[in-house]
Amino acid sequence: MGERFEPRIVVFACNWCSYAGIDLAGVSRIKYPHNVRIVKVMCSGRVHPEMVLKALVDGADGVLITGCHPGDCHYISGNYKTMRRYLLLRKLLRQLGLEERVRLEWISASEGDRWAKVATDFVEHIRRLGPLRLKEVMSAE
Amino acid sequence: MDFKKSDVEKMKDNSIDVAFINGGIRLSEHEEMVRLLRRKSKVVVAFGSCAHLGGIPGLANLYSTSELITYAFREAPTVVNPDGVTPTASYKAPEGELELPRILKYVKPLDDVIDVDYYIPGCAPTPNIIKKALDDILSGNLPPKGTVFGSSRALCDECELNKTKPEKILLKDLKRVHQVKLDLSKCYLAQGVLCLGPVTRGGCGALCIKGGMPCTGCFGPLDNVKDFGARALSFIASIIDYDDEKLAERIIEEYLPDPAGWFYRYSLPRSLVKGRYSGGGK
Repeated sequence: MGERFEPRIVVFACNWCSYAGIDLAGVSRIKYPHNVRIVKVMCSGRVHPEMVLKALVDGADGVLITGCHPGDCHYISGNYKTMRRYLLLRKLLRQLGLEERVRLEWISASEGDRWAKVATDFVEHIRRLGPLRLKEVMSAE
Repeated sequence: MDFKKSDVEKMKDNSIDVAFINGGIRLSEHEEMVRLLRRKSKVVVAFGSCAHLGGIPGLANLYSTSELITYAFREAPTVVNPDGVTPTASYKAPEGELELPRILKYVKPLDDVIDVDYYIPGCAPTPNIIKKALDDILSGNLPPKGTVFGSSRALCDECELNKTKPEKILLKDLKRVHQVKLDLSKCYLAQGVLCLGPVTRGGCGALCIKGGMPCTGCFGPLDNVKDFGARALSFIASIIDYDDEKLAERIIEEYLPDPAGWFYRYSLPRSLVKGRYSGGGK
């Protein structure tokens, strides 16, 4: 006790919008929590549900998927695919008791401030939920 | 049965050529039995979906042990149990203390408990796969350890309806099997019925499809796929043809009310998460 729980958050950020938005937050010196581990992907449509589950199993306390706003996808329709996958994955995660641990957010290249807010919100949300320790819990007898 | 167990215990280690083990690991007794068989056998083959992936009983991993016991012994509509008796692992009888096998927290596939040499997939395994496995083992022509008998390609590859599958499938309208009269000569996916052929290991000869039912994935994932359900989910989400979030959500609510049951029907214990997360955080 005493020591504050610092969640480990894996963020999947698309190359064209969200990663640029996060970068903008950096160059604009907007503060955002250090708990995020950002993984750059070419498109949020590349984020397979298997990657999200694997991140949780391998020790992440939460996963944040970010992509271009609908209509803005560099590859035209990648983020629509992300949206549908997320809807279905969220339903599955609800059955697995993990719904609260995964979020999808649209962040454009100009939304550095929005990124900082989304990241702060999510980190605080996961901090309230506490550590996940998925592998440990699921292998207990 | 105890007399059989003691017979096996008396055998020399490695004196059984091949042990085919079916069923998932549900009780402490199962763990004990399969460890014994492993010790006595040269080759262990996981036989069928339950041993291979955890199987349909593995869906029990979505519930806690107490939920399962309460339902099965008190709440299920066909149960008559006025005293509310539920099983316990030990019981004091006048003759002495009796012990029952303990129920494990999660159903496990066989290779979670012991080393497994080969896998015969299927719910149930098809005769051609069993024959192929037996032929290979009897002739000494053994495949590399860890091989899953069956095809190394997806079911669509051997499905007769594959030639009627359009280049690109996009579905506005999903159907469940009881809501449609299937045209048996046309790819079921193209007719809006969710068939898991594209992500499922082939080798069964598309028997269900020939019988008018879509593939439900009993042969499990292809080589190198870690999580069958996530694969299946991803593929189905990709072919639902709605860009509007509300519409996509509506069709998912209506036709896929139970994604865990759909996509992990045979493989929940062999998935990345394995069941419902039971941790309470802090």
